[in-house]
Amino acid sequence: MPEMAGLDEGTPLFVQVADRLAGQIADGGLAERARVPSTNELAAFYRINPATAAKGINVLADGGLLEKRRGIGMFVATGARKRLLARRRAEFTQRYVDPLLTEAARLGIDTDELSALIKEAGNEREGASL
Amino acid sequence: MTPAISVTGLTRRYRDDTALNDVNIAISGGTITGLLGRNGAGKTTLLRILAGQEFPSSGSVRVLGAPPAENEDVLRRVMLVREDQVYPDIKVGQALRAASWFRPSWDSALASSLLDDFGLRASKAVKKLSRGQRSALGITIGLAARAEVTLFDEPYAGLDAVARQVFYDRLLADFAEFPRTVLLSTHLIDEAAALFEAVIVIDRGRVVLDAPADVLRGVATRVSGPSLAVDALAGGRPVWERRRLGSQASVVIVGPLSPDDRERARSSGLDLTPLSLQQVVVQAAAGVLAPVPQTDSETERASA
Repeated sequence: MPEMAGLDEGTPLFVQVADRLAGQIADGGLAERARVPSTNELAAFYRINPATAAKGINVLADGGLLEKRRGIGMFVATGARKRLLARRRAEFTQRYVDPLLTEAARLGIDTDELSALIKEAGNEREGASL
Repeated sequence: MTPAISVTGLTRRYRDDTALNDVNIAISGGTITGLLGRNGAGKTTLLRILAGQEFPSSGSVRVLGAPPAENEDVLRRVMLVREDQVYPDIKVGQALRAASWFRPSWDSALASSLLDDFGLRASKAVKKLSRGQRSALGITIGLAARAEVTLFDEPYAGLDAVARQVFYDRLLADFAEFPRTVLLSTHLIDEAAALFEAVIVIDRGRVVLDAPADVLRGVATRVSGPSLAVDALAGGRPVWERRRLGSQASVVIVGPLSPDDRERARSSGLDLTPLSLQQVVVQAAAGVLAPVPQTDSETERASA
């Protein structure tokens, strides 16, 4: 298996490149109006074909999250972070809550017990961070 | 745009063997394509024909717009790096110089930095090189030539994993700076997969798969879990492979899964694992032709 800085071989690579960039924008690692790594920089970092990297960038540009400045490169669009966070929030139930409920049902944990478990884990985490 | 390589109805017959059988491919300029397939599938014959070193029995072959056979103008712009290149009795440095005479775009700075990366000395006699070092020399010549069409035929016999990574990294870096058309035949699919924009798979002289690499990643999914749930999800879809063990089953479903499918899979306790490019290629090269619609008999077998 090649070392592709964490990309996996079972999903289109351009989708993963787009996801990684979106993740960095949402986390603030790539600030709004900051320059996005070039196609060749991404290709060298992930060890992937430059055309694949370019396709990943284009996904975000087409979605208005990146904007092109002629002759300079791609930049994070204003408001991109807010939009990405809103999207993640919308996906939260589907990505995290649904699977949690499925597994809980399999183990015979009802919703009351589940919320108690979540509360307990949340308290522990808050206690740990004090 | 005219493709850099265009092959129509290409057949190559030897006395009692058909090496290539009605091959049709079109490769656009400025791409890296993987040429994959089992031993004896016809990859080397195809590459040799593209490099003008062998002739078609029938069909049309165009490289950079013209048939390559005995075409000086095309052949100067085409480079074939072979698996076991034979060199005359000279030193490494002389081999590079000799190659540079025939290559209008030769970059000697790139050649010497590649020698360094591979730990090859220019003063060493080629006949004293190990197999891996001879491969490294071939790769150095192949990259430094910067030929518009560069063909690599299993270029790394005897190269260790570190040296192969050097090859992949330097190929990508130089390709990014000086785009050209690269066709790379290899058995190490997993290792080289991320380099490819497209892959062509040949089996017994025929093209069995020709698609953009990213289209193949995740085109098929292994579904495993309770047989009943597996059969319910697989029902009516093209399936590549079925295995069964007691009440558990595992199949490979071809085609995209909708969010609904995924939800159903999750709620019925099924595991979904997307197939890697290498796994898809193996299915294709093993003679399971890519996305086959499920036939009635298969549906019967599935429900039996």
